[in-house]
Amino acid sequence: MNAPVKFYQIGSFAVGNRLVDPEDRSVQSGENRFNALTSGHRACQGCGEALGARYVLDTAMEATDGKIMVVNATGCLEVFSTPYPETSWRLPWLHSLFGNAAAVATGVAASLRVQGKSDVRVIAQGGDGGTVDIGFGPLSGMFERNDDVLFVCYDNGGYMNTGVQRSGATPPGARTNTSHASGAEPGASFNQGKDLPRIAMAHGIPFVATATVADLRDLEAKVRTAMSIRGARYLHVLVPCPLGWGSRSDETIKLSRLAVESGIFPVFEAHHGEVTDVKKIRRRVKVEEYLQPQKRYSHLFAGSGLPEQVAMIQAIADKNIATFGLVDEGDDND
Amino acid sequence: MTNEKKPFAITLDVGSSLANKTGTWRNERPSYVHRLPPCNNACPAGEDVQGWLYDAEAKNYESAWRHLVKNNPFPAIMGRVCYHPCQTACNRVQVDEAVGINSVERFLGDEAIKQGWKFDEAAPATGFKVLVVGAGPSGLSAAYHLARLGHQVTIRESAPLPGGMMRYGIPAYRLPRDVIDAEISRIVDLGVTIECNVKVTDVPAMFAEGFHAIFLAVGAHLGKRAYIPAGDSARILDAVSMLHATEDGDPPLLGKRVVVYGGGNTAMDAARTAKRLGAREAIVVYRRNREKMPAHEIEINEALEEGIKMHWLSTISHVDADKVTIEKMALDESGFPQPTGETEELEADSVVLALGQEADLSLLNNLTDVSVDDGVVTVDEMMMTGMPGLFAGGDMVPGERTVTMGVGHGKLAAKNIDAWLNEVVWTHPPRPELASFDRLNPWYYADAPKSVRPRLDAARRAETFDEVVQGLDVETALFEARRCMSCGNCFGCDNCFGVCPDNAVIKHADGTYEFNLDFCKGCGLCAAECPAGAIQMNIELN
Repeated sequence: MNAPVKFYQIGSFAVGNRLVDPEDRSVQSGENRFNALTSGHRACQGCGEALGARYVLDTAMEATDGKIMVVNATGCLEVFSTPYPETSWRLPWLHSLFGNAAAVATGVAASLRVQGKSDVRVIAQGGDGGTVDIGFGPLSGMFERNDDVLFVCYDNGGYMNTGVQRSGATPPGARTNTSHASGAEPGASFNQGKDLPRIAMAHGIPFVATATVADLRDLEAKVRTAMSIRGARYLHVLVPCPLGWGSRSDETIKLSRLAVESGIFPVFEAHHGEVTDVKKIRRRVKVEEYLQPQKRYSHLFAGSGLPEQVAMIQAIADKNIATFGLVDEGDDND
Repeated sequence: MTNEKKPFAITLDVGSSLANKTGTWRNERPSYVHRLPPCNNACPAGEDVQGWLYDAEAKNYESAWRHLVKNNPFPAIMGRVCYHPCQTACNRVQVDEAVGINSVERFLGDEAIKQGWKFDEAAPATGFKVLVVGAGPSGLSAAYHLARLGHQVTIRESAPLPGGMMRYGIPAYRLPRDVIDAEISRIVDLGVTIECNVKVTDVPAMFAEGFHAIFLAVGAHLGKRAYIPAGDSARILDAVSMLHATEDGDPPLLGKRVVVYGGGNTAMDAARTAKRLGAREAIVVYRRNREKMPAHEIEINEALEEGIKMHWLSTISHVDADKVTIEKMALDESGFPQPTGETEELEADSVVLALGQEADLSLLNNLTDVSVDDGVVTVDEMMMTGMPGLFAGGDMVPGERTVTMGVGHGKLAAKNIDAWLNEVVWTHPPRPELASFDRLNPWYYADAPKSVRPRLDAARRAETFDEVVQGLDVETALFEARRCMSCGNCFGCDNCFGVCPDNAVIKHADGTYEFNLDFCKGCGLCAAECPAGAIQMNIELN
């Protein structure tokens, strides 16, 4: 008995395993995990954001011995978790305006610093609307000042709780109630887009990462890394929205996985503006496989379909794969 | 509600959202299910393969063995001679390669012998006496299951030693005799009496002797003969007798060049045994092609590796003292071999016929209630013949003739005999839905190569009766067991617990799970992301 027996039944892809040592299991697999966002919240069935928020905050709680304060921008996450007089939060939690979560978090961090409570850490969180659109100015300021805050964006690609309006993070071609599936170029336009992880990197802050709810181990590792660093940090988590995406409630994780495997959503980590790690694609798929289960893209496939638009989306995925090196040379395993 | 003054228009106290039971939103309810893994479904002996692998994965080898022998008392034998239909059915084939179930089974069987594990004690004595005729796999399996149920079992066997075809048909290089002895002695320790060198010829006399039920499992030990024109000095033997005589330590003289006629497993055994007995050349002659050969692929490959030559699409038309004449055949459109008229001569000192076996059913001659059709005994779904209390199984009844099938017959007969003795009817428990591959979420299984059993060098193997396929060491066995995908049954991966957006899965300290229906909204993520397909969503009608 020299080399340890490798565990192949399930790799590191599942949440836990009865055969793995407890210290090697994910935070989420612990029967006494913190459940920062507890039951009874009013998120839709299969909500990716509720899942992502619990994943992030439970890990942060564990990494900091429970010393966390959270500032939450207006948005789905705030609406479904705190309809007065109920709250689903089990940690100190502040609701800011839609646009100023980063500024409020900066203030909280400054106050803690003045009080000498350097062990209490601050997390600001919001959806893509509160991050890439409305809260973008304060967020950029927080980055530029390198305030000691982890900002987490749960990106579901639109303003969902107000009735699914387009945001700066709505992907090209996707239908929303303000980007109808009609006209010559149906759905959200194919323009420049607003790639916030790379904008954050351009600020040169200590830590920027992307993650999804489909890869829990990776997400937890990134939160732990973020909590081990001081200064401005940014984590962008893709969270499918069954309501806005028109997907089945049991496909939330599958769609996150397909977003990664198709190259639509590159998963990477960057320190001080440089990419240091990328998550390679394990089983590459065409973008159709990701798009087709979502009704927000149904116009791309109805009737004879819109193959040119699909090809444009594939081109975006291919560019991501090339830019981030998501597939190893000669390892195109589809 | 407290009396403290509340803000304008607020009537409720501030509190946790736990007060909001979101379970009322649900219209589909998840439940944990057990689906039937394809390995279990394919096992002729009805083993709970996934069940015992689950224990083996956690290094609980003894409980794995105990779980296994609930259905089959011969893991060490199975691990050597079973053609493992479980592996053919294994869902992992569609991820990388089938789990080496057979190797792990053998490892557990060998470990049990090494550690001296004994069967759990039999149930309290029932007072019923059962006679088993024949100590082959089927008879021994029936005796084992009957004994565990508390019946007093006697086996009568015509050969000098128990084991049947496991001893007298399967050569020692495939199944060492100490393994047979070890697994049979464990059955004897359970209280089963085995009387050897006793040939049962009169069934009614046995009932008169006081046996309440009888299970016949005499096997099929007569080699089928075929008329082949032959010269006076031609030497023609049958494979069953040849293998039997070799086991008795009195191998027949075969000469330097041996032709084996037939394409089944017995033909492979005969050809490989002939080599080990000193033949320089062993040639298998078979009338159809390799694809149509009934012998198992593994046995054909091992025979070829040992230098056995194959003449496919050939029939023997004449045998002389030092040669045989074979005629070439061609398959017609329906895949049936037709003679071509083209002949060839092969040098041969002897010809071994391996054309199938027949059962010696002479003990049934005077039993008018028992019907025989096409050389095999007719039994109903209870394994009972037309004579009340007389059951039959194994090679003497219709079915595939393998050790594993025999063991399965023995178990099925034992359950029915037990029920018959207690004047009830045994019915097979309802079979759960099959855990087919489309029920799984294979994303969660990492790719891994199958570990290959170390093999003796083919050249060395052919010289001796040493065991050809070696067992797995403990590390490799564990590695193999852990490749099991646990199809249709929870294996504790925590995915349901982790992926629920509503924390509506409770994980208990012992690793089991429970749905909290107060909060479960019925999104179905747990079922979709369960790797093993062990969660089912059911429509709820209020």
